[in-house]
Amino acid sequence: MALAKLKMDTTDARLAGVVVPEGAAWSNDVRADALSRVSQMGLPTKRDEYWKYTDPASLTAPVAPKASLFINDEGPLFDAVDRVRIVFVDGVFDADASDDLVAEGVEITRLADAMQTDIHWVKDLYGVLEKRGQTPVARPLAALNTALATDGVVIRVTGKAAKPINFIYLHKDETSDAALHNVIKVEAGAEMTLLETGPAAARFSKTLEVDVADDGAFHHVRAQGRDHERRAVTHCFARIGTRSTFKSFTLTFNGVLTRNECIIEIIGDDAVAHVAGACVGDGRDFHHDDTVFVTHDSLNCESRQVFKKVLRNGATGVFQGKILVKAGAQKTDGYQISQSLLLDDDSQFLAKPELEIYADDVACSHGSTSGAIDETALFYLRSRGVSHDEARNLLTLSFLAESLEEIEDDGLADELRDRLEAWLARHS
Amino acid sequence: MLEIKGLQVKLEEEDKQILKGVDLKIEPGTVHAIMGPNGSGKSTLSYVLSGKGGYEVTGGSAELEGQDLLEMEPEDRAALGLFLAFQYPVEIPGVGNMTFLRTAVNAQRKARGEEELSAGDFLKEVRAKAKSLKIDAEMLKRPVNVGFSGGEKKRNEILQMAMLEPKMCILDETDSGLDVDAMKLVSEGVNALRSEGRSFLVITHYQRLLDHIKPDIVHIMADGRIIKSGGPELALEVENNGYADILAEVA
Repeated sequence: MALAKLKMDTTDARLAGVVVPEGAAWSNDVRADALSRVSQMGLPTKRDEYWKYTDPASLTAPVAPKASLFINDEGPLFDAVDRVRIVFVDGVFDADASDDLVAEGVEITRLADAMQTDIHWVKDLYGVLEKRGQTPVARPLAALNTALATDGVVIRVTGKAAKPINFIYLHKDETSDAALHNVIKVEAGAEMTLLETGPAAARFSKTLEVDVADDGAFHHVRAQGRDHERRAVTHCFARIGTRSTFKSFTLTFNGVLTRNECIIEIIGDDAVAHVAGACVGDGRDFHHDDTVFVTHDSLNCESRQVFKKVLRNGATGVFQGKILVKAGAQKTDGYQISQSLLLDDDSQFLAKPELEIYADDVACSHGSTSGAIDETALFYLRSRGVSHDEARNLLTLSFLAESLEEIEDDGLADELRDRLEAWLARHS
Repeated sequence: MLEIKGLQVKLEEEDKQILKGVDLKIEPGTVHAIMGPNGSGKSTLSYVLSGKGGYEVTGGSAELEGQDLLEMEPEDRAALGLFLAFQYPVEIPGVGNMTFLRTAVNAQRKARGEEELSAGDFLKEVRAKAKSLKIDAEMLKRPVNVGFSGGEKKRNEILQMAMLEPKMCILDETDSGLDVDAMKLVSEGVNALRSEGRSFLVITHYQRLLDHIKPDIVHIMADGRIIKSGGPELALEVENNGYADILAEVA
C-alpha cells in the first residue's frame, strides 16, 4: 500500500543519510530488516490514529530540536541504594562514571560489544520482541530505534540479582540526539530490579526489550525528568512466561514531549503484569503520553494499569491504554485506571481506554476520570491551619499515592514521593 | 473571646439570606450551646466563622479576641485559635492521619512564630491524647477518616482539637451519628479540654449532648437569628416541648 504523502516525506527526510551502525552479520541483518520495516510502515504523523493526541513531528524530524539544560540543586536519585550504576551521557556509555559492570546473578555486556559477537540469547531478542510488538499496532519509531541505536547494554539475569542495576541518563549537550537500546533476559526463576533515571538527551529514543522466563521477576522503576525542553520516545516490549512477574513504574517531571509506550505480552499461565505511572506537569511546555498495550494469551493471569497525572497551567496529558484478551485466555483479571488532576481550566487530559476481549470467563474493568482539587477536603485541611498551597500539595500527593503504591520497594517509593513533594513545593 | 454583631450572610451562588443578624458574645472559659430547628442557620454560622467558601457576608462583624475574623483565610483563623469540629469530617485518601496531624500542628506553630514540634515529642503527645479517646495506633496510621465509623470520625475530630489546643472550639452537631457510648467518650474528650482560657460553642439538635457537656448559656436560633437565650434549663424546655412554644412566644 502506498504511504500518504506526508508520511512518505517525513520518512524519507528522516532516513536520508542515516548511519546504521555495523557489527556482526546477524546484527547487520536485524538492523537492515528494521530499517526496511520503517520504510514500509512509514514514520508516524499527526494524522495517524495512534498519534491523534500527540504530534510526533519533533520526534521524526531529521534534526533534534535543541533542549537547554535545566539545572537544579537536587542530588542524584537512589544515591543511597547499593546499585550498579551504568552511566550514559547524551546517549553514550561513560565507563569512567559507571561502576564495574558486575554483580552476582547478572551478566552485563555493552550493546556495542554484543552486536559484534554471536551471543545466542541476544540474537534471539534484539529487535525480536520489538518486531512482535508491531502487530496489531505499528510502532515505527521503535523499529527505527532497532535500526539506529548506537549504545545500550544487554543483561542476562541468571539468579537473584545481588543489587539493582541503575541506568543513569545524563544530559549535558543541548543538541544531543540519542538512541539507546537495552535488552534484558530474565532466566527461569531469576529476578532483578532495573532503575532508570535522568533526562537523557535533547531528544531521546529508547527501546527496552525484556524477556521474563517462567517464575522470573522483573521490577522496573524509572524517573524521567527535569529538563523542560527535552523530548523522549520510549518503548518497552515485554514478554513474560508462566508464573512470572513484570512490574514497571515511571515517574515523569517536566518535558515538552514524552511518549512512553509499554507493550506487554503475557504468554504463560498465572503471570502478573503491572504497569503504572505518575507525572506532574506545569505549563504549556508539558506534554506527556502514556500508551500501553497488554495482551493476554494464557490462563489465569493478572494485569494492572494505573496512571495518574497532575496537570496545571496549560499542561497536557494523554493516556491510550488497551487490554487485549485473546480467545482462550480464560480467568484473565485485567484492570486499568487512568486519572488526571487538573489544577486549572487550561490544562487537559485526553484518554482512550480500550478493552478487547475474546474469552468469555474473564474479569476486566477500566475507568478514566478527570477532576479538580476537592474543595471540601481543601477547606478541611485549611481549617486545621494548613496553608492553601500546602493543603493543595498534600491533596495532590494523595491523588498520586495510588500509583506510587504500585512500587513494591517502599524505600524506592519513598524517595520518589520526596521528589514529588519537592517538585510540588517548587511549583506552588 | 468571640464577639459576633449583627452578622448577616447570604449564599454566594443564589439570592438566599441565611443569617439575618446574629448577635453572640462568648466570654473566655464558657460553654455556649446553640439549638434550633433544621435550616435555622446553625451550621452556616459555624462555616462562616471558620471561613468556608460559598457564603457572602452582607453585614455585621465577627471578632476573635478583638481581631476581625471575616477577612482572614481559614488557616489564619485556625492559627489564631479557632477550631471547627465538623458535622461530617472529610475523608482524605492517601494522606495519613499522623502526617495530617503533624502538618497541621506545625503549620499553626509556625504561623504563631513558635518552634515546630520534633517528631519524637509529637509522637509522644499524640499517643497519649489518642489513648484517652480510645483511638488505637492502627487508626492513626490510616488515611484521614477513610473507612472510619461515624464514632471514629468524631473521636478523630476531638483528637485534632486536643492536639491543636484552640481557644475557641465550635462543635457542629458532634452528637449526630453517635451511639450513647460514643457520645460519652466524645463528651469526656471535650470536657477534658475545658479550661479558663478556652471557650466552646456547641451546636446541637438534642439536649442529650448537653447532659454530658454542660453549657453555661443556651441560645435558640431560628430563621437566621438568635431568638432566645437562657440557662441550661432552656435546653430542657426544648427537649420537653419542642421549638413550637418558643417560636410562638417570640413571634
